[in-house]
Amino acid sequence: MSEDILKLSALQLDALREIGNVGAGNSATALSQIINRKIDMTVPQVAIMPLNDVPDVVGGPDAMVAGVYLRVFGPAPSSILFLLPRDSAFYLVDMLMGREQGNTTSLNSMDESALMEIGNILAGAYLNALSHFTNLTLLPSIPALAMDMAGAILSVILSQLGQMGDHALVIETEFTTEFDGVKGHFFLIPDPGSLSTILAAIGVKE
Amino acid sequence: MPDLIKVGMADYKVGRNPANLISYGLGSCVGIALYDPVTKVGGLAHIMLPDSKQARSAENPAKFADTALPLMLDDIIKLGAAKSRIIAKIAGGAQMFTFANATDIMRVGERNAEAVKMVLKKLDIKMLAEDTGGNYGRTVELKLDSGIYRVKTIDKGEKEL
Repeated sequence: MSEDILKLSALQLDALREIGNVGAGNSATALSQIINRKIDMTVPQVAIMPLNDVPDVVGGPDAMVAGVYLRVFGPAPSSILFLLPRDSAFYLVDMLMGREQGNTTSLNSMDESALMEIGNILAGAYLNALSHFTNLTLLPSIPALAMDMAGAILSVILSQLGQMGDHALVIETEFTTEFDGVKGHFFLIPDPGSLSTILAAIGVKE
Repeated sequence: MPDLIKVGMADYKVGRNPANLISYGLGSCVGIALYDPVTKVGGLAHIMLPDSKQARSAENPAKFADTALPLMLDDIIKLGAAKSRIIAKIAGGAQMFTFANATDIMRVGERNAEAVKMVLKKLDIKMLAEDTGGNYGRTVELKLDSGIYRVKTIDKGEKEL
């Protein structure tokens, strides 16, 4: 196996999990403030999985999801993807637009902007923590939105990783609101090569 | 009901009637169906990338257009298909996200579709139908009783190629 991610030590995986934890914590706080709801988040999973298995994390390749995608620029280029099941995306839009829950059944351009803005804020909060931790300046691109099958949306990232190997390093957190059952998955997927930059910056290179 | 054979990302499967081959949620990937209408033998490939020679790791030949197609062609000939009768139908190659400054990375769907057509030409296989491009995902299914290639989308309807 020529893939670097298959050689990560337990210490390195722990360090990545901790980064994920702080980043996602920041993001959850930001989201909680915007929608004025308590948000629970899972302890981030740091998983190295076959590319083919990544869509299963969000319900399989044909699950209907909304995805907000951002590129991360700087010394450790990465991709950020915030995925929500379609119903959760609609609920979240209801909350943001002050509509009663269940009123949104398709997205108008205002709703789309609102979802993209959420992605923007989550990514910003996450990258802030990551930048702080690593002393690397990491900046998000403007967000892009798609509402489609999970496999199709993830293919954008997976095909980039496919150039380098057959596995993805996925740092993933699940957000859940207390009563409304809004669920979201936040993925940080470092580009090949970025991982060693991040590990070096936090002092666990070897 | 005929057996439903699932084809994952960066994989291909072959089979004979009665069976259907299906692959879910193609975005920038391309689903290539090869079919011999006489023996009703066929295959479905779900490729992710255009060219194995441009990749740093090419351990899985089913991931690339240039390496997956010759392998799948061999396998369906082994199942009894005649090369001269084999036809191809392709779908996928979408660009899921649009950015103002679309880089090559973002255009991988388009490059995948181009590469598949080039490889088919090189292998001298006739492409009968295609449904590529756009900005939406597709689920594809090859029916081995008829050779019909069904393309399902979320809100762009359903097509039979």
